[in-house]
Parts: sequence; C-alpha cells; structure tokens
Amino acid sequence: MTKEQVRQAILDILTEIAPDEDIHSISDDGNLRDQIDLDSMDFLDIVMELRKRFNIEVPEKDYEFLATMSSCVNYLFPLLGDRKLAS
Amino acid sequence: MARDWLKGAKQKYDTVIIGSGLGGMTSANLLAKLGHNVLLAEHHYNLGGMATWFKRKGGHVLDISLHGFPIGMIKTFRKYWSKDMADRVIQLKNIRFDNPQFTVNTTFDRVDFTNLLENHFGIMREVIDEFFNTVREMNFYDEIKLSTRDLFERFFPGRKDVWRFLMEPITYANGSTLDDPALTYGIVFSNFMSKGVFTYQGGTDELIKEMKREMESNGVDIRTHCLVDKIYVEGGKVKGVRINGRDIECSTVLSNANVTTTIQHLVGEENFSPEFVEEVKNVRLNTSSCQVYMGIKRGEKIDYDGDLLFSSVADEYDTDKILSKDVSSRTFSFYHPFIRPGGNRYSIVSSTNARYEDWANLSESAYLKEKEDLIETTLDALEKYVPDIRKVADYFEAATPATFKRYTLHPKGTSFGTKFEGLKVSRELPNQITGLFHTGSVGIIMSGWLGAANYGVIVSNEVDKLLRSVKAEASMAASSA
Repeated sequence: MTKEQVRQAILDILTEIAPDEDIHSISDDGNLRDQIDLDSMDFLDIVMELRKRFNIEVPEKDYEFLATMSSCVNYLFPLLGDRKLAS
Repeated sequence: MARDWLKGAKQKYDTVIIGSGLGGMTSANLLAKLGHNVLLAEHHYNLGGMATWFKRKGGHVLDISLHGFPIGMIKTFRKYWSKDMADRVIQLKNIRFDNPQFTVNTTFDRVDFTNLLENHFGIMREVIDEFFNTVREMNFYDEIKLSTRDLFERFFPGRKDVWRFLMEPITYANGSTLDDPALTYGIVFSNFMSKGVFTYQGGTDELIKEMKREMESNGVDIRTHCLVDKIYVEGGKVKGVRINGRDIECSTVLSNANVTTTIQHLVGEENFSPEFVEEVKNVRLNTSSCQVYMGIKRGEKIDYDGDLLFSSVADEYDTDKILSKDVSSRTFSFYHPFIRPGGNRYSIVSSTNARYEDWANLSESAYLKEKEDLIETTLDALEKYVPDIRKVADYFEAATPATFKRYTLHPKGTSFGTKFEGLKVSRELPNQITGLFHTGSVGIIMSGWLGAANYGVIVSNEVDKLLRSVKAEASMAASSA
C-alpha cells in the first residue's frame, strides 16, 4: 500500500463509523475528534475495523496515534506498507 | 416430555453469551457481525433483561424501563444495530419536578437547566458554567476521591433544593446517591444534559423484536428458556458451559449475568486468586426498585402532558427516604400514544427505589397485602396530577425487588447492578481466567440503556481480539501439522 492508499483505507473506515459526517472535509493535521465529532466509542470502532480488515492490533498505549489523519497514516503505513490491496 | 430448548444447537461455539440484557445482545450482534459463532442463552422466555415489557388483557402493553435515555443512544443504534432503529429515537420534552421545595418544567438539557438554575434558583451564571464544565470533564478512570455530595457542597453550598434538582433524576436513572463517586454522577448527568431525554418510538416490544431480527440475520443462535448454571474452567482457561444440563464447548464466555453471580456461582471462587475473591466480596450491590403499572382503558385518555414527573412530598432529597418503604418520592413515566403510534393507548408507570430486604422475608399473604398498599398509595399520590386516575385506569399491577429477582435472577433483585467497585472486578475477569468476560450494569456509568449497550461493545472488542488470536493459532497449528 502507498501512503495515499493507507489514507483512503482510513477514510473508508471513518465513512462506515460516522456515516453522517463529511469525511472529505477532514484536514490532515486537525484533531479527528473535533473535525467529525468522534467520541471514545468511535475510536474503539476504528480499532475493531483495523483488526477486522487488516488484522492489525493497535494496543491501547498507541491509541494516541489515531488522533489526526496524518498521525494515523504515519502510524499505520509501516504496518500496512507491505500489504497489497485486494483486487 | 419437556421441550428441548437447545434442539439443533451445535456442540461448540466461539463464544457463549449468558443473558440477553442490552449489553449481552449488543455483544452478540457485534461479535456475530465480526464473523464469530455466537450462542446467546437467556433463561427467561423473553429477550431484553430489564429492557422489557408485558402485555395484559384489555390491550395493555406496559414497559419496565423505556423512559428515557441520552441522545448518545442514536449513535449506538446506528453503529451496532441499524439505521432504522436509530431513526425511531424521539425526544421526551416535558420533564417535571414537583416537591415541597420547587415545581418546574424542563427539557432536561444544559441550556434549559442553566436558565432554570439562574432564574428560578438564583445561582450566578459563572458558577453554573463552571459546574457544567467540571462535570463534563470527568472520566471513568479519574480518581474517585470526590463524592457527589462533596461536588454539590463545593458549587452549591447549603442549597439542598439545587441538590435535589440535580440529583433526583439521576437517582431514578441509575440508583446512585450523594455518597457515590462524583465522577459517576458527572458522566451520566452530562450525557443527559447534552440534548435531553429520549425514548424509543414503538415501545420496548418493538425494540426487542428488531434486535432479535437483526441478531438472527447476523447468525446469532438465540436460545430462550436456557439457563446457564456452570462455566467450565480448566488450566486457567474457559472450556465451556452447562446449559439446561447439557455441556457446550466454547473458548470464550461473555456473561451478562450479575458480575458477582458470575464469579461466585457460575465459575466458582476456587478458580480465582484469593486476593481477587476477597475483592469480589467487597463489591456492593446496587439497590432495587418497586414499580406500579397502570393501564388506561381503551378509549380513555389522561389530561396530563408531562412525560416524566419526579414527584416527592419529602422536605428534601435524602437517600434513606428515597429507599424507605414508607415511600415519599416517586417517578411517574407517562406513556402517551405517540410512543406507540396507531394504538391511541396510555399507560403510567410509577418507579421508586427500594431495598430487597424490605420485601424478601414477608409471608405470602403479607407480601400480597403490601403490594396492594403500594398500588393504593401510588394512586393516592397520582391523583394530584391525574384526578380521575381510578376512573380511567382499569389495570393495576405492582412489581417489587422480589419480582425483579425472579425475572432477572439478579441477587437481591438489583435493578442497577453493582456500585462503582464492580467495574474494576468486571474488567479484571479476563486477566484471572483466559476467555472469561463480563458485561452488564457495574458502577453506574455502565448502566442504563446507553451504558449497558456501550459497555457490551467495549468488552466485545476484547473478546474479538482474543478469538482472532485463538483462531490464528489454530490455523497455524493445522497448516504445520
């Protein structure tokens, strides 16, 4: 996966978790919590979706890396970088 | 021969969920959606736990706990159930207080509360804002030094009327008192204050029907009349359960039974560390409730437009008085026809907090007499608001802590699970025994419809994590064999 594909994968997850929010307005460095009104349950859902879709386990101590879009991409890219997108 | 309620059940499941409260059902649905094999075992003939209802002759449908939850429930329905269910959530706009200290009508949200605190109670705006900001910032992992009494004393010293205004509804919602940790108050109060009080259009029966349909479509094996009386543990790991005398294998169990029952009776203390067993002994149960259900005759109506009424004749808010059998405070839920559109029916449910001990040891005749008295005194109190209640209602029934115990199997009929220390014990279970999880009302904040459902999700995340690692190991072992 490229960084852009990782970003898209995160957007796909957010679309499912927050269907009423305007996902495309998200800026890379702003807090996700404030931009699309995510609460702690939503972050738990992101963790569950990452496990389901990519078999990635995000330990609780790493939750802070899910705070902004760019920190998400930077955290997940090394974990997803060698994955091929399902064709 | 008795019917086999486990007919066609498999010998083995990924997870067995014990009990179908909103926590158990939300977990069942989510774990099935995540691809696991789920058996949901409920001892009663209905699903729902405390989220339940009953029907009586004359077309009466009476709800136990439908009124009311915070707006967060919309999101919870949407994410873990369905959009259709989320769309059924409607607001209850007329919340009333009537007691010797004050009579007010409110939408029960921050804007309206701020207005009332300022103009009716004469509190300075800065104090109100700071109070709201303080309770909003409370987290369940905060230190629990401060009690709710301390919190009120700090912001509203000596203002017992304000304490009552802030506390009475939360006591109704989750059984908490002034002596419980302030953070348990703050979290629940803030949830309600965000937008007000909401309910489910269609009633509890429609809600549970939808949940059942949803779970079935996701592949949950739902079994009612199925009592789990044993969780098998071997070498520190969950191996299975015994249901109606039959053994079923599983690597994870998620108990939606009371947390102390799960440890002391279903698993057995011998399977836990001695320190943990001691800790469990110190978990206090929450109190129970009495309810009086009043069904209004077909064609009759009630001329009272309140949805929820916190009514009291006690001089001031007092935990002992609230629990006393000599009832002075009642919460009336008015179920207007808009709750179940099309039916044009009304019902009223009166709820009071109560102690199991006051009801458990009566002779049968004394118990029945006490129930009659409960109904009569409730009608007397209600006549102030609905003067012709004895004329327009034609069905009356009472439930006591003993009733709640019979239907939910909760120790002492607790209707709000355990006090705050139960949360830590509940969270610690998987560290004591691999594969053992609990979800349910613990520590007040994981209580009520929203708390119960969300706690189910939090624990399901951990069950999913373990199941995936168990499955990965199994497939590695299979491929290397």
